[in-house]
Order: sequence, then structure tokens, then C-alpha cells
Amino acid sequence: MQREVKFAGFGGQGILSAGKFYGEAGMEEGKEVAWVPSYGPEMRGGTAYCTVVIADHPIGSPIVNNPQDLVAMNRPSLEKFEPTIRAGGFILINSSLIPDRVKRKDVIEILVPCNEEAMKLGNNKAANMIILGAYAQCSGMLKLESIIDIVKTEFQRKPQFIDSNIACIMRGAEIAKREMENKN
Amino acid sequence: MAKKLMKGNEAIGEAAIQAGAMHYFAYPITPQTEVAEYLARRMPEVGGVFLQAESELGASNMLFGAAASGKRAFTTSSSPGISLMSEAISYITCAELPCVLVNVCRAGPGLGGILPSQGDYFQATKGGGHGDYRLLVLAPSTVQEAVEHIMQAFDLADKYRNPVMIFADGLIGQMMEPVDFSTIKKGKPADHSSWAATGAKGREPHIIKTLYLQAEENEKHNIHLANKYKKMDIEKKSEIYGGLGKPELILAAFGTSARVCKTAIDQLNEEGIDIALFRPITLYPFDDVTISELANKKHVKQILTIEMNSGQMIEDIRLFTKSIKPIHFFGRQGGIVPSPEEVIAEIRKIIRN
Repeated sequence: MQREVKFAGFGGQGILSAGKFYGEAGMEEGKEVAWVPSYGPEMRGGTAYCTVVIADHPIGSPIVNNPQDLVAMNRPSLEKFEPTIRAGGFILINSSLIPDRVKRKDVIEILVPCNEEAMKLGNNKAANMIILGAYAQCSGMLKLESIIDIVKTEFQRKPQFIDSNIACIMRGAEIAKREMENKN
Repeated sequence: MAKKLMKGNEAIGEAAIQAGAMHYFAYPITPQTEVAEYLARRMPEVGGVFLQAESELGASNMLFGAAASGKRAFTTSSSPGISLMSEAISYITCAELPCVLVNVCRAGPGLGGILPSQGDYFQATKGGGHGDYRLLVLAPSTVQEAVEHIMQAFDLADKYRNPVMIFADGLIGQMMEPVDFSTIKKGKPADHSSWAATGAKGREPHIIKTLYLQAEENEKHNIHLANKYKKMDIEKKSEIYGGLGKPELILAAFGTSARVCKTAIDQLNEEGIDIALFRPITLYPFDDVTISELANKKHVKQILTIEMNSGQMIEDIRLFTKSIKPIHFFGRQGGIVPSPEEVIAEIRKIIRN
């Protein structure tokens, strides 16, 4: 069993951290993990992204041209990576910033208004945690509690942010759950 | 310490500290700068020294000096930086000083690009600098293995009084994987008091030099070095992966390319296609025995070498198998990592013919 996800957005959106938290949660659950960032030349204002591979066997190629799922936090990410996703995968769209919708019919689109929801919960920097919670809910690969545990460890030195980040993760998961139920 | 999700570059830095290397000299270059970034923070915590040099030339000669004093010392760089260090590497090898060099290889030639490559295979195994010298070269294919190699590298450097190179690439440096330091024995520097330049108080001075003007004397030193390189042969190491018992095709690949091959092999083995991987773990000395035995097996019809260059290790494969079976090549260059799909397509093409 192996599942790959690409977290993509622009620099400063906390994309790489969201991917790292997801990977760490996988590691804590005893899974094999590879977190691969993009470090090649990129256009300013373009995309920053990382791919996280979670598997229950040693990971061969850490570079995956066609990941199962996509988390798109800005418009260029959706445009660039929508065609690369494997059929049947999830495409999560940050609908606060992306007016477009998925054009393909063979993937599952999940809309999450990350920035608005983060703002509502009083932590406008935590849009990445909203989408992380939402993705964890969709993929079903990891327990939500594992991700919450990682948040507690990562924010050990800034304990004032723990509760609001956890709230954002829970909120994201809730939105994704509702979206999926509406589709069935 | 439990498992930690770490970037290859940071894990390399931590592994060196755990191996007892308290002297680090470097100059920033992508894709290995995080080693320096990590050690700038970590070294002061453990009472070690990180000195950022003014250039690779400076860093490598600082390494020369620290190694001459018998301390565990190392440097990290990436391809163009290793080229700049090559003069010092030749000197250090001549002076028989133990130290560790890490090349987080990027695409060349020239300034090239910052993405992963294996274009420095010749440089690492056949000498990038002048003169008749060899480095012991280890090629990790995961972050965990990079950590283990760093720990082994310092011990091997001590054992042979020779620089050891870790040949990683940009992907191993940049990616994060779970790392477990607890499984690795903590390094202990060897006793170098018989030769190290530590100040000659109360004893005859120890002289560390690389100048041998008399041909006879120089030849004697060269023969001594050559004998040492021969002794290193026992350190050669490789892995055989996959296969269903009687592989008809052997893939040969190291480092990141080997991981890509593993994914391809898993898929084809599942389809019942019998292929296996030969992965050299030491690039020098090269595991000639294993590849030659494989090539001589009746069921092995062909060999396919996969590299992130235009074909370098393939020359060693040809040499050590005496080209007894057809040897094919597939590679991507310029910073592109071959995909498992491409490797599978290449395999199918070869098997069909």
C-alpha cells in the first residue's frame, strides 16, 4: 500500500510545513515516509510544492510523476498539477483563493475555503492546517489524532498556537467529511 | 532517540557529530547548504567548530590542516565545489590524512544546474585531482543509509589514513526520510598520536608533507599508497535486490537511480518478469566479484545500467564483466531523475529483443 500526495501553493502558505506534518504523522504511525521538496528553479509568485509518499513497505523511487492526490492552495498549482494526478485521486482546492474548478471527471474534487475558515477560527496564518486536516480526512491513510500529536510537538515552544492549529485541523476534516458525504 | 523525519543534508550533519567529528569547514553551495546551516547551529552546542571559509579552496585546505592535527574533520560541497577542492584532496591523499568529504552531486558540467545528478562518478572514483590517488567512495541511496555511511566513513578514513568520500546527490540531500540514529554505533576517533602534528613538545617533530623531489623516494611513496589502495579492496560492498530466482536481466545502478530501479523491479517481478538489481554500495573499491559472478550466470542474458549521467559506471561494469553479456545503458541528465515508468519501458524494449 502506497499513497502519494502533492502539496502545492505559493511560498509563505506553509505548504512545505503541512507536508512535513503529514509525513511526521505517518512516521509516528510506523509507516515509511518520503518528503520530497521542489528545489529547482521556479518563477517568483509561482508554485512551491512538496510530494509526500506514505507506504507500508520501503519506498523505492521517491520521485512520483503521477501522484494519487493533490492539495492545491493557489491557482497556478491547480493548473500545473491537475493533469498529473492519477485517476480516482482527490484534488483539494483552496476555494478562498482559487475560483476555478477541476476540469477532469475521473478525480474527486473537494472544495475547502481555507483562508476564510482559518480567519473565522482566529488564526489567519493556519490556512495550511485547514487543508491538512481536510486532506487527512480524505486520504484515510493516517489517523487525525496522529496529526494533532505532531502539532503539539511542533508547537512545543509556541504553546499559544497549539489550540488554534488543532481547531483548524478539526475544522478542515469536518469540511472534507461533509464534502465527501454530499458527493455520495 | 526515536526516529526523526530529517532532511538528508541535516541528517548528514548530525551523523558527523555523532561520529565525533567536531571540525567542519565548508562554503555554501546548493543543494548541500543545509548541512552548513544545520551545523552552524549544532556545532556550538556540542563544543565543535564550524568555520565557513571564504571559498572551497579555503575550506578544503582548512580540512587539510585539521586532519593533519589528527582530529576528525570533514567538509561538504556539491559538484563544482568538489572540483575546486580537488587540488587539496590530492594533497590530503598524498599526506595520508583521514577525513571525510561529502559530495551532494548536482548536474554539470560547468556551473550546470542545482538538481540531482550522478555526473561525478568518474571524478569520485578515478580521481578529480592530479596524481595517482584513490578515494574510498560510498554511495548511499536513502537518508538512513547516508547517515550510516557517514559514521562508517570516519572509521574507514582512520583505518586507511585516507580521505573517504560520500557520493550523495541533490535528491538525497533535499528529501526528508525517517532517520534512526540509535541503531548506529557511536564513532570513536582512532589514536593518531604516532603521526599527528600536535606540537612537538617533548618529542621529535612529526612531518606531514606531499613533496618528494627525489624520484626514487617518490616512487617508494607511490608504491606504498598503491599497496594501501589494494588493501582497501576488502571494503567493497554491494546489494542484490529483487529477482525471482533466475533473472534474465540484471539492472546495475547506485544511489538514487537504484531506488528508481527497485520500484521498476517490484512491478515487473510481480508480473512474473525475472529481473534483479545489482547496486554497488562502495563505488571505489567496486564490487567486481559480485557483478562478474552475476554476469557469468547462464540465465543472465543481458545487463542494463541506469545512471543519472551519460554513462560512467557502465565502463566499470564492462571492465569487470569483461563484457561477457550485452550491456545496455539508459540515463537521464541535466538534473532529471529517471522515472520508474521510463526504466520499465527500457527493460521491456531490451527483453523483447
